[in-house]
Amino acid sequence: MSKAKVATIWLDGCSGCHMSFLDLDERLIELSEKMDLVYSPLVDFKEFPEDVDVTLVEGSVSNEGDLHKILQVRERSRILVSLGDCAVTGNVPGMRNAIGVEPLFTRAYNQNVTLHPQKPHGAVPALLDTVKPVHQVVPVDVIVAGCPPSASTIYYVVSELLAGRLPELETHTRFGA
Amino acid sequence: MPETLTSSEVVTLTINGQEVSARTDETIMEVAEEQGIRIPALCHISGLSDIGACRLCVVEIQGSPKLQPACVTRVSEGMTVSTHTDRLRAHRRTIVEMLFAERNHVCSVCVSNGHCDLQNLAVECGMQEVTLPYLAPKLQVDASHKRFVMDPNRCVMCTRCVRVCDEIEGAHTWDIMGRGVDSRVITDLGKPWGESDTCTSCGKCVQVCPTGALFEKGVSVAEMTKRRQFLPYLKTMREVPK
Repeated sequence: MSKAKVATIWLDGCSGCHMSFLDLDERLIELSEKMDLVYSPLVDFKEFPEDVDVTLVEGSVSNEGDLHKILQVRERSRILVSLGDCAVTGNVPGMRNAIGVEPLFTRAYNQNVTLHPQKPHGAVPALLDTVKPVHQVVPVDVIVAGCPPSASTIYYVVSELLAGRLPELETHTRFGA
Repeated sequence: MPETLTSSEVVTLTINGQEVSARTDETIMEVAEEQGIRIPALCHISGLSDIGACRLCVVEIQGSPKLQPACVTRVSEGMTVSTHTDRLRAHRRTIVEMLFAERNHVCSVCVSNGHCDLQNLAVECGMQEVTLPYLAPKLQVDASHKRFVMDPNRCVMCTRCVRVCDEIEGAHTWDIMGRGVDSRVITDLGKPWGESDTCTSCGKCVQVCPTGALFEKGVSVAEMTKRRQFLPYLKTMREVPK
C-alpha cells in the first residue's frame, strides 16, 4: 500500500503549531511508516504538490501571499485541517482587525522609526484589510483549536485521518488550550 | 398537612421524559439543577437575581410555540420540558458564536484562559469555529482603577457585574450604556473606573465576571481564577428568616 501524502503550511502564525507537531517526537517515526511529508516548512520541497491527501494549515489568512497559498492548497488537498487558533479564529494576528491597516502601518513604520520611515512595499506581500480564519476563506474539513494544539491532539488527528476516519475533537482541545 | 406544603404549591412536571416534583416558586433552571440536569447559561449565577438575558438556557415547553428561558420561567403542573433537543443545541451554538463574533476574544492571550465560562460554553455547545463574520470593534481598555482592569473586548454583556454591585454591594457603580450591539458596561455615568465616586473597590464584580473582561491587576495569561464562593453565602445570610 502506498503511503499517504501529508503536507503542512505556515500562514500568519508563530510556528508554534509546527513546534507542537515536532513535539510528537518518536511518534513521528511511527507516523512516517504510514505517510510521507511531501511539503512543509520542516522539509525542503519548493512546490506544493498536485495531489495531497491531508494538509495541516497553521496560521490565519492575513496577506496576499497567504491568500494565494491557501487557494492553491485547498485545490490540491483532499482533506484540509485548520490547525491551531490562528487558523481557526484569527487569534493574535487577528487583533489588528480592530485597528485597521493604515493606522497599524503608521504606528509600526512611522511613529516608532527615526531612520527612513516608510511603508513596506515591493518585495513583501501586501496585508489584507482583514485577517480571516481559514474557514472563512476556503472550505475546511477538520477544525483543531488550541494555541498550540498539544502534540497528543495532533497525533490523534493525523492518526485518525490516516486510518480514514474524521477525528472527534470536542473533548480533545479548545480555544487557547 | 402543614400549611406550607398544600397540594397547590407542589406540582409534577416532566423534564426530558423524567417525572419530577417541584414547588411552584421554583424555576425550571432550579428544578433541573436539583435533578442534575445541566442547562447551559451565562447571565445566570447562583446568588444574583435572574434576568433571562443571554438566552442560552432556553428550553422547549410542550404546547408553547416560543422557547422559554429556564432561569426565569416558573414550573407549573403538567409542564413537559425538553432541555437538550437538536433545535436547542443549534440555537445555543449560534448564541455562543455571536458572543465570540461580537467582541475581540483572544483566548490564548487572555488572563482567564482555562478558567473562562465563555470558553467552557464553546466546548459544551460544540462550537469549534465561528462561522459568522467577526465584527472586530475597536474598544478602549479602562485600567484607571488602582486594583482592577475592565477590558470591554472580553465582555459578553451578561450584567453579572451590574447586579452584584447593585444587589449585594449596594453601590450600583456599574450600569449599561447604549443599545443592542453597541451596549457597554460603564462605571458611574461613563466616568473612568478609577475616578468613580461610588465604587468601594470591593472586587465582587471582578469575581462574578464570567470572562477576563474584569480582572485584577498583576495577573498574566491564564492566571486569573475567580472566587465566587462568597456569593450564595452572602445571599443566604441576608435573607430574612421566615
